[in-house]
Amino acid sequence: MTGPATVFDKPTDYIGKSIPRSDAARLLRGKGRYVDDMQLPRMVHAVFLRSPYAHAKINAIDISQAMKLPGVVAIYTGKDIAQHVEPYVGVLSHLPGLRSPAQYPLAVDVARWQGEPVAVVICASRALGEDALEHIRVDYEKLTAVTDTLNALSPDAPLIHEEYDSNLAWKRQVEVGNLEEALAQDDVVVVEKQIKFGRHTGVTLETRATVCDYIPGDGQLIMYYAGQAPHMLQFILAKHLDMLEENVRVVAHDVGGSFGIKVHTYGDEIATAIVAKLLKRPVKFTADRLESFVTDIHARDHFVDAKIGVKKDGTIVGMGFNDFTGIGPFSMYPRTSAIECNQILNLTGAPYQFEHYHAVGHVVFQNKTLMCQYRAVGHPIAMAISDCMIEEAARVIGMDPVKIRRKNLIPDDAYPTKSTTGMRFDDLSHHACLDKLLEIMDYDALLEDQQNARGNGIYRGIGFVSLVEVTNPSPMFYGVGGAPIASQDGATVRLDAAGALHISSSVTEQGQGTNAILQQIAADVFGVSIERVKVTTGDTATVPYGGGTWASRGAGIGGEAMLLASHALKEQVLDTAAVILQAKPEDLDIAFGEIVNKGSRERKISLGDLAKIVYYRGNELPHDLKPELIATRHYRVTDFPFVFTNGAMAAHVEVDTNTGLIKILHFWAVEDCGRVINPQLVDDQIRGGVVQGIGGALYEECVYDSDGQMQNASMADYLVPMASEMPEITVAHVETYTKTSVLGAKGAGEAGTGGAPAAIMNAVNNALEPLNCGLWQMPMTPERVLKALGKI
Amino acid sequence: MNKTAQIELIVNGEKYFENVPVRMNLADFLRNKLGLTGTHVGCEHGVCGACTIFLDGVTARSCLTLAVQADETEITTIEGYETDKNASDLIKNFHKRNALQCGYCTPGMLASSIEYIEQGNPPDRKKVKEHISGNYCRCTGYQAIVDAICTTIQERQSR
Ligand code: FES
Ligand code: FES
Repeated sequence: MTGPATVFDKPTDYIGKSIPRSDAARLLRGKGRYVDDMQLPRMVHAVFLRSPYAHAKINAIDISQAMKLPGVVAIYTGKDIAQHVEPYVGVLSHLPGLRSPAQYPLAVDVARWQGEPVAVVICASRALGEDALEHIRVDYEKLTAVTDTLNALSPDAPLIHEEYDSNLAWKRQVEVGNLEEALAQDDVVVVEKQIKFGRHTGVTLETRATVCDYIPGDGQLIMYYAGQAPHMLQFILAKHLDMLEENVRVVAHDVGGSFGIKVHTYGDEIATAIVAKLLKRPVKFTADRLESFVTDIHARDHFVDAKIGVKKDGTIVGMGFNDFTGIGPFSMYPRTSAIECNQILNLTGAPYQFEHYHAVGHVVFQNKTLMCQYRAVGHPIAMAISDCMIEEAARVIGMDPVKIRRKNLIPDDAYPTKSTTGMRFDDLSHHACLDKLLEIMDYDALLEDQQNARGNGIYRGIGFVSLVEVTNPSPMFYGVGGAPIASQDGATVRLDAAGALHISSSVTEQGQGTNAILQQIAADVFGVSIERVKVTTGDTATVPYGGGTWASRGAGIGGEAMLLASHALKEQVLDTAAVILQAKPEDLDIAFGEIVNKGSRERKISLGDLAKIVYYRGNELPHDLKPELIATRHYRVTDFPFVFTNGAMAAHVEVDTNTGLIKILHFWAVEDCGRVINPQLVDDQIRGGVVQGIGGALYEECVYDSDGQMQNASMADYLVPMASEMPEITVAHVETYTKTSVLGAKGAGEAGTGGAPAAIMNAVNNALEPLNCGLWQMPMTPERVLKALGKI
Repeated sequence: MNKTAQIELIVNGEKYFENVPVRMNLADFLRNKLGLTGTHVGCEHGVCGACTIFLDGVTARSCLTLAVQADETEITTIEGYETDKNASDLIKNFHKRNALQCGYCTPGMLASSIEYIEQGNPPDRKKVKEHISGNYCRCTGYQAIVDAICTTIQERQSR
């Protein structure tokens, strides 16, 4: 615990209330500032030629015809770009053994996935640039594409990187106790399943985009960026473009959805920065939707052989699995493509008490789009492995899925404690969340309805998940492994001469409401009305240094920094006010923009008047008083590697056994994210997260043929959840504050995506139980349902 | 390819005479020529609905419409909904209910919502969901949007 513990001694005016986001008002009037909205003088467009093959040697590129076309300013091949960049390698030292070759922004000699950029046309307009692409002649020599994750590891599979002995990027094994022995005991029922998780992607409605500008004289590169981690990108651009970090400015205004897609280093964006520097003029790159599907990072793509052993009374003895995941031809820089697998190894079974665990993860190169961290990294897989296996075991021993959880969930009074894999937990509430869930969903009534419906040939199912979510990460997530990714965040709070507060923070806004909760915290802790708090985020030139937005850290870490800074400024202002008012600082308080007497609440002087004395009429102050009307504080999690959020969710589904269609009738989510700063924003984060989880469970899949061609790379063919298919989602909370901060907030952004797939798979298998079949592959498409039913 | 044509149209009550490439779509025209960047482009192939605008009073995908097809038409975009479409109550309810996160789907979502309300439809959640199913939202999960539309209709009915 750090900082001013007295902040919550009095009732709050804003924290805990559903205050509408002030910046939404602008977006509702068409006044967003997204990257593609920008037009700068002399701006040109970067249009990329991309490899049509998943694996091909590039023998030669002829740009001579294309150079003659109208509007073309320059054309660079992969070789040209490579001369201006230090290549990057997606490994981290705390993932020992992870290997990945040096990567360049554009393919140099060999293209290794369909969509990898091979050349870039710089042109007066995007349309003219696309015309020019058609006149670039590339002499490709097609190579065999390695697409299937399992086959990629066979000894006779072609090597994607000749310098390696196999297509294995990383392997890790976690063994606790002795699973094989424990499962061999007589009284243990063992259940084994193969579970497949499809490859899907983020489909942010705003595609990736950047405008890069170079200011000769200043020697400054400015990147306007639709992304989540400006300071990380500042470091990366400086390092790989051989610049001083202070001469790189990264600015993120409004971002049209990110979900982890926009926190990585993409070659086309780096190339755009290189070209801006070479041409000394603004260059815009906006991916079109077809490019997005084959270049935005993909996620999941796991083949899992899982097993669990339970006693007849439902006690979990142990669980284990063997996971194979395909990550594309490189490990993504700088976060790596091994983190998802690592999370699965660490988090599977985390809500439960059991002794024996044996998990092996294989991270495999293949000729598909790169795979990396997307919302709820690893969680949907980890939660599905444990919770779907637990419910299957419950079915086998004839036990209710709630009862088996009750028996095995870590008790609420057991904290602090550790999971079987060694994850350190505190302030979790699995049982309280399950209680609340049962209360809001009326489980008994659903069971009765299920029986009645079955009598009419209607197959409904109820499925649960109990989950944890990694939030508020400490430096143990990336920094420890050498990544230029800050785990601390900063906040600055400044009082202006009119008595308004200007706050800035290193966390960023992508629509989740970060700016709003920062305003709430500052207004409450400092003591002004929220309308008088103005926020700046997303600009490395003006905000304090910090990590940005990922791993559900904005509220917990950025929020705590804002709390500390606001409290510090309040103390500074009260010290100054005490001198002006000839009172003691401890007898004064700030409320709604006024210095007041702490006890009587009598108004003494407005903040505006106080600030005006300080700024304009310093002559009225004693010489030795040096008022500071600005304060900055930073915060990082120190007590734990991660602060875990937990929750319980349930899905109610109906499976149409004739068409194979699954309809979600209702979804319930209970989450314990500690202190809820803005209930409406949190609830909608959970709903949005659940719907992305539903997408992965039922609809979304990047379908590839054996040549490595993505077959459904358009918005019309790749299915994302639409309004008409989505259920109502009821959200409730248990609030166990984390003791790691004064604010007590844990993250809330990813649990929905992490938990929903397991709950839905469980509900589907619950529905199919009387038909003696099950479905263990996501997305659970109608075709797969009908196959499971033996109808096709 | 680079042929141009002269068009004349009204956008949000303002008259424009512009010379446009014949292959330019209406979304690019509104955004890049007129600076009305409130209209968003999410797919450019008619699926996501982000680019939806009103063309002569009915909703249209501005990514599938050529600018030259908008010659002699009247267009309303998100920048004009508050005044030209009397949608300030809908906008207020979107804001209050947090019916947008990143705001990228919002221009199209508002267009479809306004159309649903203007057609005199009821505050029926199922019908609303069907009506906005041509508008993808990747952030909200849709529930808040349905809430905001239904509240607006109920408020108008009780006025
Ligand atoms: S941009 Fe027009 S429908 Fe997607
Ligand atoms: S609010 Fe982001 S897509 Fe709808």
